Order: sequence, then structure tokens, then C-alpha cells
Amino acid sequence: MSLRDLLAAALLLAGVLTALLAAIGLLRMPDVYTRMSASSKAVTLAKMCVFLALALEFGALGVTTRALAAVAFVFLTAPLAAHAIGRAAVALGVPFAPGTMPNEMPPREPASAEDADP
Amino acid sequence: MPGVLVVLALAWVAVTGEVSLGNLLEGAVLSALLLVLLRRPPRRALRLGRVPKALGLLLYFLRELLLANAVVARTILSARPSLAPGVVAVPLDLTSDAGIATLANLISLTPGTLSLDVSEDRRTLFVHALHVSDPEAFRREVKEGFERRVKEVFE
Repeated sequence: MSLRDLLAAALLLAGVLTALLAAIGLLRMPDVYTRMSASSKAVTLAKMCVFLALALEFGALGVTTRALAAVAFVFLTAPLAAHAIGRAAVALGVPFAPGTMPNEMPPREPASAEDADP
Repeated sequence: MPGVLVVLALAWVAVTGEVSLGNLLEGAVLSALLLVLLRRPPRRALRLGRVPKALGLLLYFLRELLLANAVVARTILSARPSLAPGVVAVPLDLTSDAGIATLANLISLTPGTLSLDVSEDRRTLFVHALHVSDPEAFRREVKEGFERRVKEVFE
């Protein structure tokens, strides 16, 4: 086993453990907002580790550029998805966990008549 | 425009995984075609002088990412998670769309914090965080950490 294999294995392990942590966080956090916090970012880091391990292990320029491009795209899209889910939750009035202090979110506007179910 | 063309062409080379002059030219032609099709009002050009600041922002962000992941990991694994979630309104000094979007995304990418919304007048960012013991300190941290660095790059 070369040093490169060892490094790649370490990165892979770090990525997988981070992903596991995200899954545990998803189960243990009390509301949708804390769950988003616990899961979406950890998964981003996990993906970065796994892609870097891939680039290192193959050591081919074509694979490395593709892995780095994949990391860049994950970093561009993951926060958008997390933000969209969080914002949708606020707009729908999904409650915050008890003890969310302070809550400086302005009270949302009452839903208009058109939005309400008939 | 040339800056965007170069970035797109390099992205093409990266994604196709074939590093050659021919492939770079192919990417450049496709990118130019895209840019013509998606033509928008002229924007400020990419300024090379800001590249070091941008790299500094990237390094700062990677450090925050690792630190925050460790904190969140401890929270998730502790027997009784010490959560003190809160939503903090952060007043914005940033004015440009690109600047605000970048700040919001960096906050969302950092574990433990999530951008929920920007006020209608685009002067306040609402941030959810797992640990808010002191809202004033939290505001200061965001403003002096990420926002200052983003402002140096974008505005």
C-alpha cells in the first residue's frame, strides 16, 4: 500500500464518517432548521473528501479536473438547496423548535385568500 | 466578458476531462456561443487585482468550514445536545446582488448556520444558527468575518 493509497483511504474514511454524522444529526435535531444545519453542510464536506480521494487515487489529470469541477458545482448548488428549503419552511410557517432564542425573523404576512385552500 | 469566457472554457476542459489546446478552443467556441445566446446588459469586468483577496476569502471559508464541522459534530454526538438555536437579523453593508448572494451562500455552507431570507429592502439578512448565546456577538462575527472579506472582493 503506497502513501497515496493511505491518503486516499483516509480522505474516503473522513468523508464517509462525516456523511454518517449528518445522518445521525438528521435524526437527533429537533426541527427542520436545525436539521438543515446539521445535514446539508456536513454532506458538502463529505462529498469534497470523497471526490478528493477519487482524484488522488486515480492520479489522472482528466479524473482530477472532473473531481474538482464536481466539488465546485456541489459548493455552488448545496447552499442554494439548503437556503431554498429553509426559506420555504419559513414561508409555510413551519414552527421553530421551542427555545429558539432570539427569533428576530419578522412575523410573516397572513396568507392571502388566493393561497388558502377552497 | 472575456473573464467569463475564460472561466467557462476552463470549466469545459475540467468537466470533459481532456486537457488539450484543441479541447480548450472547443470549450471557448461553445462558451462564446452561450454568451451570445444569453446576452445580458454589460457588467463590471472581473478585476485581476482582486484575485488575492478572493483566495484569502476561500482560505478563510475553508477554515471556518472545518472548525464549524467539528463544533456541529460535537453537538450531534453529545448525549444531551447543547442546542441554543436562534434567528438573528444581520444588517447588511453589502449592496450588490453578487455580494449579498455570496455572503448568504457562504453562511449557508458553513455548518451550524443557515441563511433563511433577505428582507424586501435587501438591508437585512436573517440567519438561523445552532448556537446563539449572544446575538450581538453573532452579528459582529458575521460582519467582521465573512461580510468584510466578501465586500473586499465584490464591492
